[in-house]
Amino acid sequence: MKLTEEQVRYVAGLANLALTEGEIHQYAHDLSDILTHIDKLNELNTDGVAPMAQVLFESGDSSTLRADEPHVCLSNADAVGNAAISGQGYFKVPRVIER
Amino acid sequence: MQIPSLTISAVRKGLAEKTFSAVELAQEALAFAKAENPKTNAYLTFSDDRALAAARGVDEKLARGEDPGLLGGVPVGVKDVIVTRGVRTTCGSKMLEKFVPPYDATAIERLEAAGGVILGKTNCDEFAMGSSNENSAFGPVRNPVALDRVPGGSSGGSAAVVAQGTAVVSLGSDTGGSIRQPASFCGCVGVTPTYGRVSRYGLVAFASSLDHIGPFSRTVADSAAVLSVIAGRDPRDATSASHAVQDYAAAMQEPLRGLRIGLPKEYFTGLASEIGDRMQAGIDVLKKQGCEFVDVSLPHTEWAIAAYYIICTAEVSANLSRFDGVRFTTRSAKAESLIDMYKNSRGEGFGAEAKRRIMLGAYVLSHGYYDAYYLKAQRVRSLITQDFARAFEKVDALVTPVSPFPAFKLGEKTSDPLQMYLSDIYTITGSLAGIPCMNVPCGLTAEGLPVGMQILTRHFSEDLMFRIAHQYETSGGFTASN
Repeated sequence: MKLTEEQVRYVAGLANLALTEGEIHQYAHDLSDILTHIDKLNELNTDGVAPMAQVLFESGDSSTLRADEPHVCLSNADAVGNAAISGQGYFKVPRVIER
Repeated sequence: MQIPSLTISAVRKGLAEKTFSAVELAQEALAFAKAENPKTNAYLTFSDDRALAAARGVDEKLARGEDPGLLGGVPVGVKDVIVTRGVRTTCGSKMLEKFVPPYDATAIERLEAAGGVILGKTNCDEFAMGSSNENSAFGPVRNPVALDRVPGGSSGGSAAVVAQGTAVVSLGSDTGGSIRQPASFCGCVGVTPTYGRVSRYGLVAFASSLDHIGPFSRTVADSAAVLSVIAGRDPRDATSASHAVQDYAAAMQEPLRGLRIGLPKEYFTGLASEIGDRMQAGIDVLKKQGCEFVDVSLPHTEWAIAAYYIICTAEVSANLSRFDGVRFTTRSAKAESLIDMYKNSRGEGFGAEAKRRIMLGAYVLSHGYYDAYYLKAQRVRSLITQDFARAFEKVDALVTPVSPFPAFKLGEKTSDPLQMYLSDIYTITGSLAGIPCMNVPCGLTAEGLPVGMQILTRHFSEDLMFRIAHQYETSGGFTASN
């Protein structure tokens, strides 16, 4: 599977990643290599095989559920404490809606 | 006190006999770690205040005649992808260079509740993506055994601090081999428990269906002790298992006579000859202990890397979308509009490998490719898991190499990402199946580089895995600590 630079630009857009021209060139090459290896999967017939999204093991029915009880959550100050820019207890971002 | 060769039992003894206090040990361990760190770059951050506070707590308990806990006073290094309240957690990324978490991971809470003393945070590949620790934004880690070589990855720092003696034990994380491979390269014990055995709460998510937290140590007994502390159900991680945590220390004492161990034939081709020789010597030690060896086949091994790099990158592209310049410290100065702010913050904050995996993941999940890639990979994951289930109908455990070659030189494989991915072949299958697997050192090459043997058992059979490793280590096997 060969990926064009055009496809790389498209995927970078999907992933919200600004890439330089050099990176686009490099990733077109790297991803093509990796996808060519990945094409190996087509050698296997997987008809009727269930997809595995999680590791499953024998366990009680409710063992992954916790009691629905209120508990202390992060304080507002802690929650915004690592924000690049915050103010008045909110995360600040560039203007989204034009007036 | 001999900091570089301390074990948990030596710390217990020293404290009980008042050879040193926990505070004295913490101070000396910190001073030693800081003096040695420039050689390897294994620690990114030291947490002196936190370490000394924990050590004071241990001394106070001892003064009151109370048990300080299984890890009382033990100096610990923690991989920098596990969050620590008030102590910077970078994930080896420029993106989180200044991130100071507001809470502790469950594993950290349990470690400290058992008396563990966290000396600092260890270097790793960015967001745990890599096999050589060369993808860290804060420089590579050097292998303490041979400073011109990589320590393995992604938990390179956690393996190096144990091998270097700048921590007694450490925590790492493993998604496709990130504990076992660096343990094998640095010559220490490294354990990837069953998926769900240790809570992932507070482990910065890389590939959620594959991520595990596990210990490194110089002896099997020490890893077993750490796992017994951090394992167990946690309501804050819905994938954590409610199975009772076994008494590993007792299980390890059982002799091995009568066990059947499988050698998967797919894992013994294409090995460096010295690795094959050391493996054979290890197998011979286990045979002398009364283990019977049986050839088995895991026929879908060949497709594991392809399946893994679809599943893990798909999960990466979703998990890393949270790093967008809003909540986590780093925002691009070029941020006129919201979308440009996202794109530029991510473009500037992520390193080359993180971007490569985000791109691959976004591609395989994109419109029209979901069935061909993601769903296909999940089906192959089932086949690989079934391979193990079939093998475990015939045998109690499997023994394989961890890596096809010993630690390589810094820079040797960085130019070819696919070759780097392919080097994970022996560790990725166990990760996909979610079974417990570990590295136990099994000798040195002629150049003096460590070789590791992998032991794999059924889901939640950590007791048997530790038993085989411990009996191997204490009866003629190669011991990391000597």
